[in-house]
Amino acid sequence: AMEELLPSHFPASRAAAVAAAFIRYRHAGPGRGLALGTIRRAHREDIDAVGRKYHLELVLEDIRDKDSAVNCTAEVLYPLDNKNTVPDVQFTLEGELQNSDEADDMFYNQIKSLDKELVARNIPDSQGNVSPELEPIHLLAWAASGYVIWQNSTENTNFQLAQTKQVTQVKRSDEYLQFDYMILLHEMVSQEIIPWQLTVLWHPRHGVQVPQDSRQ
Amino acid sequence: DQVLYIVPETFQQVQHLQHLCNTLLLDLWEPLLPEEITTGGKLHIRVPGPLVQEVKDSLDQHMISYKVLIPDVQKLVNQNMPRERTSPEDYVYTRYHPMEEIYQWMIDIEKNNSELVTRHYLGKTTENRTIYYLQISQPSNRIKKIIWMDCGIHAREWISPAFCQWFVKEILQNYKSDPKIARFLQNLDLFVLPVFNIDGYVYSWKEDRLWRKNRSPYNNGTCYGTDLNRNFNSSWGTAGISYNCSSEIFCGPKPESEPETRALAQFFRNKSSDILCYLTIHSYGQYILTPYGSTTKPPSNSEELIDVAKEASAVLKGKYGTSYKVGPTSSILYSNSGSSRDWAHMIGIPFSYTFELRDNGTYGFILPPDQIQPTCEETM
Repeated sequence: AMEELLPSHFPASRAAAVAAAFIRYRHAGPGRGLALGTIRRAHREDIDAVGRKYHLELVLEDIRDKDSAVNCTAEVLYPLDNKNTVPDVQFTLEGELQNSDEADDMFYNQIKSLDKELVARNIPDSQGNVSPELEPIHLLAWAASGYVIWQNSTENTNFQLAQTKQVTQVKRSDEYLQFDYMILLHEMVSQEIIPWQLTVLWHPRHGVQVPQDSRQ
Repeated sequence: DQVLYIVPETFQQVQHLQHLCNTLLLDLWEPLLPEEITTGGKLHIRVPGPLVQEVKDSLDQHMISYKVLIPDVQKLVNQNMPRERTSPEDYVYTRYHPMEEIYQWMIDIEKNNSELVTRHYLGKTTENRTIYYLQISQPSNRIKKIIWMDCGIHAREWISPAFCQWFVKEILQNYKSDPKIARFLQNLDLFVLPVFNIDGYVYSWKEDRLWRKNRSPYNNGTCYGTDLNRNFNSSWGTAGISYNCSSEIFCGPKPESEPETRALAQFFRNKSSDILCYLTIHSYGQYILTPYGSTTKPPSNSEELIDVAKEASAVLKGKYGTSYKVGPTSSILYSNSGSSRDWAHMIGIPFSYTFELRDNGTYGFILPPDQIQPTCEETM
């Protein structure tokens, strides 16, 4: 049974937030920030004994270039299963995202050439500022938070990244960059601010990985 | 910036302090040069604000004890300088302001626009701060209907008080030259409350940027804060709330338990027949929300409410392309009872709206200051 949903209503916007989070985790990084733009259409399908699947037509925006909108279709399936509560997300991007190689490589080389491990706090700061040097660190947090948000979303939640409280680089002998993040997530329905610790691995060609995370 | 007082006890400590001074380029007040640091000799170092935590952490790590000699260098400087009152024309509307500056701004605005603006007492907060609102009123024989706008019910939504201040500035700068504003003021009075939850706002500046509620103590002072926007007597305690003080949506022990809520409610009960429109400004999300949050049953004038909101949203979008979604809170966002907006409508104020300003989640509550101007301009 498939019903059309109003894109402005919360069932659609919550599912869209999950889809955007997942897409961020897969495609965003220090050189690319992806924001959810318009939700163009939304449908909901009840699948007996499996769960509820949202069919979405979304627009994603690269925050470095407001005019670079990419259309996207996504499916978000919230399972009925009590044991596996992670929503299943499938998506197709129509068209290409803006190339981020230059920004990614620049960040990679900058970090690799630091003598001391990078440490930073409060991104953005209270006033809303993110210094240009820390912008890629902020975008990486945003991408990695996509993983945590995806893993922990339900039909009754809507998570956004509120702030990075602290980030500490961990030097590695292999080609990956590693950062230990303490972030604050804002959950819209309960209005709670939830601290979350996560280990983030990143490489320009291999994207974002979150091998370990823990709600604080 | 802080000035720290340290007396190094060992040679390793001396070395570490010299290292800190040299790598972080700290401002040594005493002695003059890092080379002059010795064990047993007293050190006064000025540490720039952004580095304070890092330096203190480093000292802790190396077991170097310190005292804070001057906790706020700028404050001391200000106190020692002849008081130069910055003129109100210099007020920077594209920056976020702490409460002391907003209090002063209200005084200055009234003084400089005394033909139009009067500052009024609304009530007191839990921590005994005074809540003021501004009345913008063109003198006239007729009794005019009132448009009420409040900002800052939720402490962390800094763009909201910024908007109230901007709004006042725009009206006062343009009422003589802009025919639309002039006509507005001929027929209506504007009441603007720039910061409703003052204690919470102050707390979000000093202690916790993401604080939301007020600062009422509960459970013997082990837990603080009621969500003022769940504390009004509109189906209080029925939806989207918690009875637990530790929750961000704690609705209080009973409706209007909070002095802030009571202050507004009393004012409205006295004046409700004169109030045409109630606007309450929040962030974030980009919505224009209509009643109700506590139920999906539409209000009696639902169609008209939505029509007006849709027109507003279209005009808003025309400015910078920003999309604001329109609809009742219970469908668009979530259920919530005890909101000021619902209560205003329930006591008979026909047009009652919640605005959720920028953005969509990219920065959320901590909106960069360069977005203050476009947000305010489009919302205006």
